[in-house]
Amino acid sequence: MTPLYLKVINFIQNHPQEFWGAIRDHILILVLIPVGLAILVAVPLGILATRFRWLERIVMATANIMQTIPSLALLALLIVMGLGIGYPPAITALFLYSLLPILRNTYTGLKNVDPFLKEAATGMGMTKMQQLYMVELPLAFRVIMAGIRTATVICIGTGTLAALAGAGGLGIFIVRGLQMLWNHLIIVGAVPAAAMALLADYFLGKIEYLVTPRGLRD
Amino acid sequence: MVVFEQVSKTYGDRYEAVKDLNLQIQVGELVTLIGPSGCGKTTTLKMVNRLIEPTKGSIYINGKNIADFDPVELRRGIGYVIQQVGLFPNMTIAQNITVVGKLWGWTRQKCLERAEELLRLVDMDPSVYLERFPKELSGGQQQRIGVLRALAAEPDIILMDEPFGALDPITREQLQGELKKLQEKLHKTIIFVTHDMDEALKIADRIVLMRDGVVVQEAPPDEMLRNPADEFVINFIGKNRLLRSPDEVRVEEVMIKKPVTIEVTRGMAEALERMRKRHVDSLMVVDNQQRLLGIVTIKDIQVSLERKGNVGDLLTGPVVAVQVGQTVREAVYQMAEHGVGYLPVIDAEGRLRGLMTRASLVDILTEVLWCSREVDSVS
Repeated sequence: MTPLYLKVINFIQNHPQEFWGAIRDHILILVLIPVGLAILVAVPLGILATRFRWLERIVMATANIMQTIPSLALLALLIVMGLGIGYPPAITALFLYSLLPILRNTYTGLKNVDPFLKEAATGMGMTKMQQLYMVELPLAFRVIMAGIRTATVICIGTGTLAALAGAGGLGIFIVRGLQMLWNHLIIVGAVPAAAMALLADYFLGKIEYLVTPRGLRD
Repeated sequence: MVVFEQVSKTYGDRYEAVKDLNLQIQVGELVTLIGPSGCGKTTTLKMVNRLIEPTKGSIYINGKNIADFDPVELRRGIGYVIQQVGLFPNMTIAQNITVVGKLWGWTRQKCLERAEELLRLVDMDPSVYLERFPKELSGGQQQRIGVLRALAAEPDIILMDEPFGALDPITREQLQGELKKLQEKLHKTIIFVTHDMDEALKIADRIVLMRDGVVVQEAPPDEMLRNPADEFVINFIGKNRLLRSPDEVRVEEVMIKKPVTIEVTRGMAEALERMRKRHVDSLMVVDNQQRLLGIVTIKDIQVSLERKGNVGDLLTGPVVAVQVGQTVREAVYQMAEHGVGYLPVIDAEGRLRGLMTRASLVDILTEVLWCSREVDSVS
């Protein structure tokens, strides 16, 4: 009887294209694309939410609801709603999941900027835009980055479910392994996914520190 | 010149923060707006750079109504310092100082040169501080930078909203002194809000005292101390800070109450001994009714060779004294006239009541100063 870890290694050695392809898809399609899109939408939306009260309520409520729907249910709903099978529903679901942490952190980060700093900025003659770029965003940057980090980790984990919707990624091995009751195949998908999440968390934490303006670092 | 013309600010329907304010601030003048909290002083200040818009009336700067300016442009031309300092933590000291310059589109080089120049103005070494961040500076240093930031783009008018209110008393005093020095060099028009009367007295060319949105009195510091307009002003200034002219203070208020005396019948040796014990070099000579007969000094005793007699033998002629009820001014004149450093104080019957010395004048001054310091540190 071959030990489990040897079976895992053997599988990876025998199917390098499938394994590395799944990792690439996972990172690119299930993490970078949805998180990237979420940043493009959530950061401006978060900024606007601090400017208009009515928008604040709508945006935060919607994002909260999205987050509350169980991931598998959201995925299934999107398929039913006509997005079909494969990457479109998977990317859409992950995008929706990434919205809330980024949106919430952008909003909180900006809201938490000391009101006296804003008053000083206005009093010195900054326009609203200058105030945003020169003061508010630099000060909120760290919190926004923390939101992006959370979104990324969520996407790596939830991305394993994408295989159920017929999309690729490391989830493929887990789903197939569960169906065949092949433990080694489950591990081929699960362990790299977990490792990826931990590594992403660690390195994004480092980046978060590096992009924090020097005067704000602890 | 900044002119307020019938300016009112009403919040909601009821609350009137400022009522029909008329005020003129001359070019190069440092005016403090002072009063209890809620008196409208900060509202008045913030209407100048349009952080608050007046409900009624107009404000003119050099003859131009500020309502006609673009608020952003207007603010870039007015320096602004707040109590919370408000340095941008993401910017270096250099960037903080020249932030308005950057808004005006100055080059990097010009920003840097201006920042260096200003740091030298307050004796902070540019090579040490230019690249530091606000959190690396003490509270006092931060507010120095706050003031420099307001000066950087060379505005004619500077608004200061309790700029030193959050600092410890020693630092506050230092910064007040520095502001005064800067003002002597730069002659800006400064509107300075404070609730601290000592601060106002120290730095202001003119004090505007407000209550409930209305100006109660506006006057230069010593004019306000001399002629407070009403009971409110007196209470706000604090009674012990009021300047009383030497014509109003009576000698008994400042005299030493129990001068060292000796009865006329006592011997010289005893007089010497008493001087040694009580650390004085002169004694009031009195009879058994406490009536003043004269003064003996240690010199008188040392000069007289026969030390066997009593102190009465040393007395020469009538003694110069002031009477209870006379003013300090009269006493000071007498001291000057007779070239003495002290004057006994006697009552109508000629009994010794006390002694006025130059030192007791200094003491009373010191006491007044100390009292106002204590009031200050409590508030």
